[in-house]
Amino acid sequence: MSILLDRHSKIVVQGITGRSGLFHTQQCREYGSNIVAGVTPGRGGIHIEGIPVFNTVIEAVKYTEANVAMIFVPPPGAADAILEATDAGLDLAVCITEGIPVRDMVPVKKMVTASTMKLIGPNCPGVITPGQCKVGIMPGHIHIPGKIGVVSRSGTLTYEAVKQLTDLGLGQSTCVGIGGDPIIGLNFIDVLKLFNDDPETEGVFMIGEIGGGAEEAAAHWIRENMKKPVAAFIAGVTAPPGKRMGHAGAIITGGKGKAADKIRTLSECGVTVSKSPTKMGEAMLEAMKGAN
Amino acid sequence: MNIHEYQAKEILSAFGIPVPRGRVAMTSDQVERAAKEMGGHCVVKAQIYAGGRGKAGGVKVVHHPEQAQDLGKDLFGKKIVTPQTGPEGLRVRRILVEEAVEIAKEFYLSITLDRGSSQYMLIASAEGGMDIEEVASKSPEKIITFAIDPFTGLRPYQARRVALALGLTGSVCEDCVNLILNLYRAFLEKDCSLIEINPLVVSRAGWLMAMDAKITFDDNAVYRHREYPDMVDYSQLDPLEIQASKYDLAYIKLGGSIGCLVNGAGLAMATLDVLKEFGGEPANFLDVGGGATREKVAEAFKIILQDADVKGIFVNIFGGIMRCDIIAQGIIEAAEEVHCTLPIVVRMDGSQVDEGKRLLKESGLNVECGDNLGDAAARIVKMLG
Repeated sequence: MSILLDRHSKIVVQGITGRSGLFHTQQCREYGSNIVAGVTPGRGGIHIEGIPVFNTVIEAVKYTEANVAMIFVPPPGAADAILEATDAGLDLAVCITEGIPVRDMVPVKKMVTASTMKLIGPNCPGVITPGQCKVGIMPGHIHIPGKIGVVSRSGTLTYEAVKQLTDLGLGQSTCVGIGGDPIIGLNFIDVLKLFNDDPETEGVFMIGEIGGGAEEAAAHWIRENMKKPVAAFIAGVTAPPGKRMGHAGAIITGGKGKAADKIRTLSECGVTVSKSPTKMGEAMLEAMKGAN
Repeated sequence: MNIHEYQAKEILSAFGIPVPRGRVAMTSDQVERAAKEMGGHCVVKAQIYAGGRGKAGGVKVVHHPEQAQDLGKDLFGKKIVTPQTGPEGLRVRRILVEEAVEIAKEFYLSITLDRGSSQYMLIASAEGGMDIEEVASKSPEKIITFAIDPFTGLRPYQARRVALALGLTGSVCEDCVNLILNLYRAFLEKDCSLIEINPLVVSRAGWLMAMDAKITFDDNAVYRHREYPDMVDYSQLDPLEIQASKYDLAYIKLGGSIGCLVNGAGLAMATLDVLKEFGGEPANFLDVGGGATREKVAEAFKIILQDADVKGIFVNIFGGIMRCDIIAQGIIEAAEEVHCTLPIVVRMDGSQVDEGKRLLKESGLNVECGDNLGDAAARIVKMLG
């Protein structure tokens, strides 16, 4: 088992005819993901790389039984694309798009929460279950199948962490990039719950960063509920306050969202926190040893 | 995206929220003329992209136009340092001259995103004119907050509850209800991430008025407001940050000597952390985007090299799907194009790493490659010794 994705996942790509949509569709297919359909309004009826393209998600679901959406629609239409996926009754939507206005995401978040669909992102690298299925833009080759679940607000920093895990022989059950925006679908706790219940996941590595209070909330949840060892890294110990560090959500405001506070809370809640980004894999190894 | 107080007040005014009569001045003569218009007794307010101006001498009450002019002479071109500006301070280029209002009561009112509930949140307090974080820590019971449902919006009964909780009665209470509803309308229509009125006042004459206002726009929504780019006061921004934003690069100057070029925001933050860990001082945060295209890498080099404090460059690219030989090519071309002679340490990961390293080695540039993040960080710190 794994969480969110496995070899049976059937994927529809929203925005498949765009440049990055098409590129990453090919990459995911090469990895072994089962891409069954694409959606681009007005382009329904054509085939692209042998994949049938539909005008709407609901049509794509009707003809291909797709259950997972990968969204590459540019910001002006991205919130609508997420709602369309929700409306079509999919199990999971992974929204890669960066730059969606917050005003668009507030109602989307409420709709998605009330639905049965899980949303990952936006502004995220996606989800991968190594050896089975990749829905996102991460490099597949750095991952190996295994027992560590990875959950992260970052993109390339997640690749760094995964590579360190792989180099130490710690394979991954599923890696989830939850996204760097202030409003996202599944948060740390949602994903930790899934890992906690997944028999194939034996430990979790968590990557957080400055801004907001999601890491602190996760820390408290871990202390109360988590049955498996958790290691973590928090980026931005040296970040100056009041500056937006690349991600829309990565900002220290009013003295809140500091890396040091997150690290302290996580440590107090029993999480093994890596002090350096060069030692993320080792921190995970240490946490796993401590558990045995 | 930040704007000045006077611009925020123009927006509020357009949405029917009363603000003091005022004029923006670019010269001390204009300050004098504006003060005359207000009848001499007025408030002179330096316009900078930061709060805490009052305590730093940026806001003063004057009684004669000549006094306003003298103050203008003193303030224009001066750097004001507040806890929000950093040690460098911000230079005054615009001054707002406003009528003096006799204040009876002061309140705090704001709308912003509550990340915890993923909804917009209205915050009000009877402790106006004070820093809201200070009120929150000292007397949290004095703060009224509630989340706004995106589908029903802010309702009049909710606004009334806030107005009553602030202790307002009669016609001022109803004025406040309308003001709150208008504030939410402005917030949505203008795609704000923060609107703050502090203080909101009731004047001696019994009028409700926004005495100070701050608005921050959602950067992701700037594309749908054609007027926003023209509202930016570039004198308030770092010139390199302006240049970076033109190429969609996230750049923040930090003051150390190691120029950083990284793909991805999280990795870029972690890179600063690791440099400090090894005893180095990063000159900047710079995220060229996850994809690290050649054009962006070239622009990033240009920006980093304009910073005279930079003595060496640290490139950290987790190529992922991109091939390292192509990234190496991009780095070489960019470095040659800008005639970079400074030492460079490159840490790359992804496919074709060895080919990428070979290209860099044979490029004739002053470049070293690190085997991993720690090794590379140690090298650049050592090189700059």
